[in-house]
Amino acid sequence: MPIIEVENLVKKFGDFTAVNDISFSVEPGEIFAFLGPNGAGKSTTIKMLTTILKPTSGSAKVAGYDISTRRDAVRHSFGIVFQDPSVDDELTCWENMDFHGILYGMPKELRHKRITDMLGLIELLDRKDDLVKTFSGGMRRRLEIARGLVHHPKILYLDEPTIGLDPQTRNHIWSYIKKINEQEGMTIFFTTHHMEEVERAAHKVAIIDHGAIVARGTPAELIAQTKTTTLEEAFLKLTGHGIREEEASGTDAARRQRQMWSGRR
Amino acid sequence: MRIIGSLGQPVLLLVALGFGLGPVFEKAGTSNYLQMLAPGVIAGGILFTAVFSGVELIMDRQFGFLKETLVAPVSRFNIMFGRTLGGATVAVFQGIAVFILALLIGFRPTSVWEIFPALLVMMLIAIFFAAFGTALASKMRDMQAFPLIMNFLIMPCLFLSGAFFPIDGLPAAMKIVVKFNPLAYGVDGLRAFFTGQSYFGLGHDIIVLVVLGAIFLTIGAVLFEKIEA
Repeated sequence: MPIIEVENLVKKFGDFTAVNDISFSVEPGEIFAFLGPNGAGKSTTIKMLTTILKPTSGSAKVAGYDISTRRDAVRHSFGIVFQDPSVDDELTCWENMDFHGILYGMPKELRHKRITDMLGLIELLDRKDDLVKTFSGGMRRRLEIARGLVHHPKILYLDEPTIGLDPQTRNHIWSYIKKINEQEGMTIFFTTHHMEEVERAAHKVAIIDHGAIVARGTPAELIAQTKTTTLEEAFLKLTGHGIREEEASGTDAARRQRQMWSGRR
Repeated sequence: MRIIGSLGQPVLLLVALGFGLGPVFEKAGTSNYLQMLAPGVIAGGILFTAVFSGVELIMDRQFGFLKETLVAPVSRFNIMFGRTLGGATVAVFQGIAVFILALLIGFRPTSVWEIFPALLVMMLIAIFFAAFGTALASKMRDMQAFPLIMNFLIMPCLFLSGAFFPIDGLPAAMKIVVKFNPLAYGVDGLRAFFTGQSYFGLGHDIIVLVVLGAIFLTIGAVLFEKIEA
């Protein structure tokens, strides 16, 4: 039985169709790469699968539960690393991790052990009592990934997890992800623009463009299908060479505004 | 910093209005204006802190942290309720701080110990406005509407609550406005404890605040449940 099963999922924002009637499934223990150019509908799909956006129509089951009617059960089954930052700047590194562990109902001993392990892995253990607002972009990213992993979920969503990371950290994180995938059979659902990450880690790939799935298969199958030599070429062949426009989310404006506020906070 | 910053306004109100309008009220026959003003300013301090705590939801949303709680396996109602209680608690502390400042400036309640029963009214004011702020924030995407809330909801709430003047002598139309202002019952309740004077009656104040608080907690919870990211 697939652990993620998506059927005819549609999401419209007004006139704009962000996700247009997609269907796919992910098997338990699979590392699944969900690829597409900017604005193709990747994040919107992840938001629906993680219950923070309601589908316009269609349905999906995550860990056997319907995402619209069994939201709480679905929420128990996954961890997620969002594309944009979601750590609390005003808390310390440790507090962010601990708060997460408490939200997911982890017993104290296990929680503290895991957090210590994870912070060791991302080499932030010596900065654990520092406020996150003093961290660099790369450090925040590492913290964010560590936090998504701390409760060892059945499914882990990674929405462009390695954005802004140097090759060293990227390597580190990917070897850890592969390790827990093998050891715990954790299903990994990720998006990225780094095709070498996909070739190295992914068992299955789906490519989405303009809200519709244009290709599915193993990386090797996609390369063979498109008669190309690398996944990057296959990707470009499937989605075209034009550069995509993505709508600003208003978050940038908000960040600017915050500069004004931060003096008062 | 935040605490000092948030105490600036109440001090200004107490000093400027207390000493500025005090003599005028004295001529008009009210013996001590500060006695009347202080409970109003305490309620005002709670109002601001509580509404801001609710509106902070927008910040959390814009800077992403809200998503972390929205995907967590914790019921949305609990998250909303926890946020509201947390914000309300901070607001009550703010009220206590203003109370102490008012004492320093010359406010003399019937007994200083009245602060303890008055905490009940302070908590009710705080819960209502924190829930109110959360409900508003659930419907807002960014801070653009914030000045609007400030000028058309919060300031009128404060100025039309009888915080700065007695309700008795008001024109009939204004009395009606005051009667529809939740903060008026908070101010009145605090006055009942601190000075023994009350316009609506203490029981009435508490009932109104409890009912409104419950209604807005429910509205806030329903709206929060529907938040999408």
